[in-house]
Amino acid sequence: MSEITAEQVAHLANLARIALTEEEIAHLTTELGQIMQAVEKVSEVATPDVPPTSHPIPLQNVFRADVVGADVLTAEQAVAGAPEADGSRFVVSAILGEEQ
Amino acid sequence: MARAALMDFDKALELFEPVIGLEVHVELNTTTKMFSSAPNPANSAFHDAAPNTLITPVCLGLPGSLPVVNEQAIRSSISLGLALGCSIAESSRFARKNYFYPDLAKNYQISQYDEPIAFDGEVEVELENGRIFQVPIERAHMEEDAGKLTHIGGATGRIQGAEYSLVDYNRAGVPLVEIVTRPIFGAEADAPALASAYVSIIRDIALSLGISEARMERGNLRCDANVSLRPRGAEKLGTRTETKNVNSFRSIERAVRYEIQRQAAILADGGSITQETRHWHEDTGTTSAGRPKSDADDYRYFPEPDLLPVVPSPELIEQLRAELPEPPAARRRRLKAEWGFTDIDFQGVVNSNLLVEVTETVAAGATPAAARKWWTGELARIANAQNVDAASLASPAHVAELAGLVEAGTLTDRLARQVLEGVIAGEGSPQQIVDARGLAVVSDDSALIAAIDQALASQPDVLEKIRDGKVQAAGAVIGAVMKAMQGKADAARVRELVLERATAQ
Repeated sequence: MSEITAEQVAHLANLARIALTEEEIAHLTTELGQIMQAVEKVSEVATPDVPPTSHPIPLQNVFRADVVGADVLTAEQAVAGAPEADGSRFVVSAILGEEQ
Repeated sequence: MARAALMDFDKALELFEPVIGLEVHVELNTTTKMFSSAPNPANSAFHDAAPNTLITPVCLGLPGSLPVVNEQAIRSSISLGLALGCSIAESSRFARKNYFYPDLAKNYQISQYDEPIAFDGEVEVELENGRIFQVPIERAHMEEDAGKLTHIGGATGRIQGAEYSLVDYNRAGVPLVEIVTRPIFGAEADAPALASAYVSIIRDIALSLGISEARMERGNLRCDANVSLRPRGAEKLGTRTETKNVNSFRSIERAVRYEIQRQAAILADGGSITQETRHWHEDTGTTSAGRPKSDADDYRYFPEPDLLPVVPSPELIEQLRAELPEPPAARRRRLKAEWGFTDIDFQGVVNSNLLVEVTETVAAGATPAAARKWWTGELARIANAQNVDAASLASPAHVAELAGLVEAGTLTDRLARQVLEGVIAGEGSPQQIVDARGLAVVSDDSALIAAIDQALASQPDVLEKIRDGKVQAAGAVIGAVMKAMQGKADAARVRELVLERATAQ
């Protein structure tokens, strides 16, 4: 479980669309392995009767009313920070593959 | 692209058992989005908005922006879960589904993974041939929809770098409920029809709850159909494909049928099925390979740290349960009895997906027979010719008003069809169109009598014949009068008056 292989790191890098060199993969394989070992310590104290914690603060049901807010942007504002836009839509380079 | 080899459908069923599974996405029609206070384009008030005008910093995943759950979306999701016969989770939470594609600006979709809001349900579906299925529901979970990409430039001789896509994030963050069935066994030759009938029932449920516009052509309701085959007698399930982009009830049926025939041909030939998504092509009636299906692991799901668990109170769940409308299958049986329709007439309404429209037209005051006649007759014919849904042409209130004008004798069927054209063209309500176009039947006898006397005077031979008892000769005069009145007269009344005047003179 704690062992991380170079193949796994390469696969993760591909999923995250990060180009890594062989050296970086080797370096990260060691580093991620150490992180995994540290995390493993936690599972030593985790027992089946303790549910996994996703939030440290005991809060739930934080909702908002179904009302249009004041922070709706105009198309010009929306694309203002985009590297490239056609005036109202974002321009992105064509990506092979499809929508999820 | 070469057309795939297909096995004859009956032959495929002899050799293999089809197993189907359906994933239906329902866009909720809340006023705002799932996690942001931006207007929701799946609400009909906003659906025509210009690109990127229905967004807030949350929809763009801008630094510092945080999602907050829409309370109404939670209520709608619970209602939908209950209507599907599901249990509602005591506690449910959101998860991040990580993938890199520009249809979402955050590089992840907020969805639910191991703790969906609703699970373990069952939906009754009755087919045209009378077979009844209990479709098992595995889960219904909440998530956000993704934005729309428009791809510019093709592979036709253009340099790769010149191609790009335009992104509109209006749809990003629209509240979705994804309903996932368990594998459905035993449908056999009815598998394609069951897939389509099931989605139709989901549409009925969503509409009767009022939680979605549920229009397939607008993408409010989307279906992915999983199909696998296993050899007769085998225990193990075959490899499945998931067909996407199926945007009409007719296509669902055709796509499932096509996949059964395609997979059977491959398997019978000793080949194997690749687990992949496939795209349905409406124009050719075929599917083509999409991307290989990712493992859930590749999405690196983890609990969404920006959102807190949803723990609906038992009181809220019971309140929503009490407000549930009648289940669709029971409702269909009741309506059929109330309306006094024959099996064929009722199935005609159901199969054209006009049950909701006919019901609302009857509620607006039309007789069931008139409501059925207009929706499955003239409106369905025009819809078919224009390749749109009949529901998009006219409102039930207008159809009821039109039927009322015919009933009251203000319009003949012929005039009513002209008025309907006006309604479809957006000229206003039937009464407004009658007034504006001057289409009402001339019910003033004196105007009719004047036209009749004139017609009789110009055709003395006909007058002779009628007086000799040859009543059928009146047809020529009636025709002339109808022409003079430009069709705006009740032919039966004209006939009466013609005979009266002919014998009186």
